[in-house]
Amino acid sequence: MIYLGIDTSNSPLALALIEDGVVLIEETANLKINHSLTAMPAIEEMMKKAKVLPADLTHIAVAEGPGSYTGVRIGLTIAKTLAWSLKIPLHSVSSLKVLAANGQGFDGLVCPIMDARRGTAFIGLYEGTGLKSVLADQHSDVKEFLLKAKELGRPVLFTGIDAALHEALIVEVLGRAAHFSSIQNRLPRASNLILLAQQSEESDVHHAVPEYRRITEAEANYNKAQEGQIL
Amino acid sequence: MSKDIYVLGIETSCDETAASIVKNGTEIISNIVASQIESHKRFGGVVPEIASRHHVEQITLVIEEAMQLAGMEPDQLDAVAVTEGPGLVGALLIGVNAAKAFAFAHQLPLVGVHHIAGHIYANRLEQEMEFPLLALVISGGHTELIYMKEHGDFTVIGETRDDAAGEAYDKVARTLNLPYPGGPHIDRLAHTSDEAVMFPRIWLEEGSYDFSFSGLKSSVLNYMHNAAQRGEQVVPERVAAGFQNSVVEVVTGKTMRAAEEYKARQVIAAGGVAANKGLRNSLDAAFKQKGIPFHIPSLPLCTDNAAMIAAAGTVMYEKGLYGNMAMNGRPGMPLTSWI
Ligand SMILES: Nc1ncnc2c1ncn2[C@@H]1O[C@H](COP(=O)(O)OP(=O)(O)O)[C@@H](O)[C@H]1O
Ligand SMILES: [Mg+2]
Repeated sequence: MIYLGIDTSNSPLALALIEDGVVLIEETANLKINHSLTAMPAIEEMMKKAKVLPADLTHIAVAEGPGSYTGVRIGLTIAKTLAWSLKIPLHSVSSLKVLAANGQGFDGLVCPIMDARRGTAFIGLYEGTGLKSVLADQHSDVKEFLLKAKELGRPVLFTGIDAALHEALIVEVLGRAAHFSSIQNRLPRASNLILLAQQSEESDVHHAVPEYRRITEAEANYNKAQEGQIL
Repeated sequence: MSKDIYVLGIETSCDETAASIVKNGTEIISNIVASQIESHKRFGGVVPEIASRHHVEQITLVIEEAMQLAGMEPDQLDAVAVTEGPGLVGALLIGVNAAKAFAFAHQLPLVGVHHIAGHIYANRLEQEMEFPLLALVISGGHTELIYMKEHGDFTVIGETRDDAAGEAYDKVARTLNLPYPGGPHIDRLAHTSDEAVMFPRIWLEEGSYDFSFSGLKSSVLNYMHNAAQRGEQVVPERVAAGFQNSVVEVVTGKTMRAAEEYKARQVIAAGGVAANKGLRNSLDAAFKQKGIPFHIPSLPLCTDNAAMIAAAGTVMYEKGLYGNMAMNGRPGMPLTSWI
């Protein structure tokens, strides 16, 4: 069995191949390059290095978001098309959970964070042991979320490259309960994605869609206008 | 006898998710289009983020339907052709990445097609092209006159300097409180009126094949505004007819003059606005009188579809013009010749 893992849900590009419990190759680039341009060449190159042919793949694992809308769509489009046309199962996994896996084993909670501008983030809270979700993946005001995390009264390990952006606020709210993963553990790893996929159910290929965790601006404005009319 | 060529076409440049299989660049085997018009209607136009969201939801379904309807497996295909540009960047890259993944999975050649080249080659699915050829591409995003000496040789001899014709139709329709997209409604209203408001004809400099529709659109808006100030009742049918007369006269006039100057042996029209009855009748009559063969593809081939991308892609495939895994959506892609 050979799993291909693809995470393009934020600026890093994470890819891996795992064959029967052995990591054949794993790549993580943090170069802010356009996934639409580089994801497929990187997959092609990586598979060539590992001497794995497309027809050898047995499963596809993909990070389904939240994250950059465009980034998530690129990964999902590639993963869906590969899985459907090769007639193999697709597993989609939360992009935040993939990041949280970097904190596996931490004695406390793990908080993956992806900045979403204007003081907000895509953010979630997981158990350090077993990665059970404690606070669901969401788009939230960072401070509000941190206050909820604080109420739980447990140490929290922050991960994700955007943890740095919010470090001051995190320390302000959580004080000594705040911990930060070291820099190599802030990037998503596609090997983690695949391991999570192996514990998850198969997704329906055609109906697998990004988990944006946020409606579009056009819809938000439209809803606001509708409410205005009703009042 | 040479072997038949089967190409899978994929198009996601705007608000239709489409896939098609075409044989030898001339024969449609399957042609699937999932339109999103209903989702964008309430916003009065295409919302790019919503378009992208729909594309990713539909893409594999649409390709599967095209393959199933054709009764084909990937290994029976010769190439995958996809719209590389121009269009909405977030929309384009869904089709491009699906095409790349599909081509990679089955080790097929990948061909990136210009959307307008696709619109022109839609004609070849109904009638063989004759060169020199003049194409009028007239849609929501484009208004262009393109001269072709032979296959894959494109010279843009005229284009809009501001709004595309369809865009002008949609904007005028909005001021008349007609639903989106307004083009067909204006067309319908124009045909129910015996009288028409007189609006200017925008010909630009003498000899120019370029178009401009924003001035005409402003005249219509001014007319509406002045009538409202004077408390006069506007007759929408007369406004629609007046606007349409101006568009039709200028577009027919320029297309005709270009066909004569470039000695076209065939003139074709393509794009959503080519569905316009007033324009079709006018072009038909004008070219019949001159004895120049004129063709407009049937409606499903005028609007965005993937069969046209497969048709153009087949000729590119035959010329060995392959793309690779580094292909990206190109929102501002220029129309360049293949030779
Ligand atoms: N009968 C018609 N008369 C005028 N315009 C029309 C008619 N039917 C469709 N349109 C216009 O065609 C445009 C859509 O065409 P399409 O080829 O899908 O455009 P694009 O792909 O460039 O967005 C819209 O602007 C619509 O109003
Ligand atoms: Mg079009």
